[in-house]
Amino acid sequence: MSAQDTTTNVLLVGVGGQGVLLISSIIAQAAIASGLDVKTNEVHGMAQRGGSVLAQVRYGTKVFSPLVWEGTVDVLISLEKAEALRYAHYLKPGGLAVVSTQVIVPVTVSSGKATYPADIDERLKRAFPRLASVDAEGIAHSLGNSKAANVVVLGAAAGELPALSPHWQAALGACVPEKHLELNKRAFMAGGER
Amino acid sequence: MITLLTGNEAVALGAWAAGVSAAFGYPGTPSTEILENLSRHKDDVYLEWSPNEKVAFEAAVGASYAGVRAIVTMKHVGLNVAADPLMTFSYTGSGGGMLVCVADDPGQHSSQNEQDSRHFARFAKIPVLEPADSDEAYRFMRYGFELSERFGTPVMIRLTTRVSHSRSLVHTADRIPPREANFERNPSRFCPLPVWGREMRKKVETRLAALAEEAGKSPLNSIEWGDRSLGFIAEGLAWNYVKEVFPGASVLKLGWAWPYPDALIRDFASGVRRLVIVEENEDILEEHVKSLGIACSGRDLLSGVGELSVPKLLGLKASLGIDVPSDLPAPVPEAADLPARPPVLCPGCPHRGLFFSLVKHDVLVTGDIGCYSLAVFPPLSRTDTILCMGGGFSVAQGIDKSGEKRRVVGVVGDSTFFHSGITGLLDVVYNKGRSVLVVLDNRTTAMTGHQDNPGTGKTLMGEPTVAVSVEAIGKACGMKNVVTVNPYDLKATGEAVDAALASDETSLIVARAPCPLRERTRVGPRREIDANSCKNCHACLKLGCPAIESASKADKPSISGDLCAGCGLCDQVCKFGAIRTVTE
Repeated sequence: MSAQDTTTNVLLVGVGGQGVLLISSIIAQAAIASGLDVKTNEVHGMAQRGGSVLAQVRYGTKVFSPLVWEGTVDVLISLEKAEALRYAHYLKPGGLAVVSTQVIVPVTVSSGKATYPADIDERLKRAFPRLASVDAEGIAHSLGNSKAANVVVLGAAAGELPALSPHWQAALGACVPEKHLELNKRAFMAGGER
Repeated sequence: MITLLTGNEAVALGAWAAGVSAAFGYPGTPSTEILENLSRHKDDVYLEWSPNEKVAFEAAVGASYAGVRAIVTMKHVGLNVAADPLMTFSYTGSGGGMLVCVADDPGQHSSQNEQDSRHFARFAKIPVLEPADSDEAYRFMRYGFELSERFGTPVMIRLTTRVSHSRSLVHTADRIPPREANFERNPSRFCPLPVWGREMRKKVETRLAALAEEAGKSPLNSIEWGDRSLGFIAEGLAWNYVKEVFPGASVLKLGWAWPYPDALIRDFASGVRRLVIVEENEDILEEHVKSLGIACSGRDLLSGVGELSVPKLLGLKASLGIDVPSDLPAPVPEAADLPARPPVLCPGCPHRGLFFSLVKHDVLVTGDIGCYSLAVFPPLSRTDTILCMGGGFSVAQGIDKSGEKRRVVGVVGDSTFFHSGITGLLDVVYNKGRSVLVVLDNRTTAMTGHQDNPGTGKTLMGEPTVAVSVEAIGKACGMKNVVTVNPYDLKATGEAVDAALASDETSLIVARAPCPLRERTRVGPRREIDANSCKNCHACLKLGCPAIESASKADKPSISGDLCAGCGLCDQVCKFGAIRTVTE
């Protein structure tokens, strides 16, 4: 059996500032706690300035490539609708897309050079046979801080990562500062209830 | 202990555990986080952001001469700047172990070119260690220091973006104590005057031969026998992709990349029916293997342009006829016309005001390396050239002296000015250029994640220090017209630009306002658009501010309360008074 058959691939996408990197760390910590090998990758530097942000986590008995590739992702987590479509082809057949209903208009649209698709919801349904849409911002706002939307989306995806299930609480504790921990635990639970 | 670290964190921790005493560098993606992480151990290690890579390298050489372990960090193009000391340090050799930690950027994620630093190692005749993951990055630091001290040579640790910025599990070890500094005076060793330099030149060759022999015995290079019909020689990160795509093949893994272990390569080649070389960027290893008279594939099947990847190796697998997998999925049709989301100047970025003030002028703008390179994109579209660190001023001088009729505005950032902009300014003043020189002084090295520089008044050790004045340097270089403006004040900035362009002499404009991202605070109160007063003229959208959103040309723009940094530029461009401050 090749290593890739036993490896779980998670791709996380969004826009700079949404907290993609935090939820990729939480997944990685849960994988370590599960005794698995893990590799993650993230993008720094110029690509961070308001552009698309991408992070990836691979875990399993032994992981070689730090990067996922097209058609192999088990769970695609997107914090923005259009970004989910941009990376839809990374999902493997039968994979789950967990998409926040948030829309962030790119500057290319504001400056009149491009348009944001008006039929984005229909497109998402067509592109993802298995789609979980989450009003993460709304849920996080009702919990007291819309910045926790990223962890709401993670909570909604957690059921698809069963090997990690005993370790989410510890992973949240390892990655989230103490003063925000209770909020994030509630955000994670609320996402899981979706 | 086992811990999940990026390659850069592992290099930092590995250096500390190996008893490094001094660390120097200049920020540059993907290398920056090495010193940032090492600075957590500033009680044990002296660290500094030097003004540029050449200075950093020379300072590290000094520490090595004094007998302690030292590292210097930089990105690949930084090594161009440091090439001068590198070449001769190879002759004099190291005292305390010296590691040149250089991070290449295959795929150009955050760089202007894709050069392969291994060329420099071969050029300088020094060994290269190339970790495949964070655990190796950690271990290779100690190994590298020992190698450096044993053979009296600087050692290059070659990282790439995916090694530097991927996290993987690291087994950490106990720290060994640092060496005592004690410079032993010996001019025949440290002064490569021709009489001694000629002897050093011979020793470099003897050392290289000894290193090649050692590489053959090194645990960093190892053979894993598998299916002998196909064998791969893979260096650094490339090994991961080979293991992922060809799990059963025989592999010669090279963690020590130059000089190569010829005997080991010959043994391996003779044990497999077909040999394929997998390396990222240039075909340095392949050329070497072929020079041994060994037939192999490499660049004939696998492009060296852009970063290596699993999909590229799947393509290689198909071309070897082992397996013809179906094509990888292409972007879904629903994504065909998605709006691009390129990186942009942040909301509240002070650079925006300066570039916006240039829009109405028919001038050429020679830019430089930093966040402000993003002004090349619409709607500002106010950068015409970008070459290298410091090139913003000197390229301006060349265009100005070429006979080109339009005036030229050279733009560099504060950190870039201290790095290598000063000499460009000196050239313009001395040789009577008339370019308008602008320093965008946002009080930090922003693009790489907000490092201090000689203008910020703080060191990497966390100590307050002199904040070097850009204006005073300009005046000391003979610049007569020096003006400082607040780039958030469009009227004042516009007047400074107008005045500079009206003059037939060169001028220096220092546009100074701190980066709000670093300050972690709004510049002023948030703004909102009063839809009743808004005439939908879209003048505010010409600022290219990500906080001002408009779904289409027919829609009146609105300002995102979450994103607005309160800089007030939109206030100043709205002719209808439709933009007002939000009372919190």
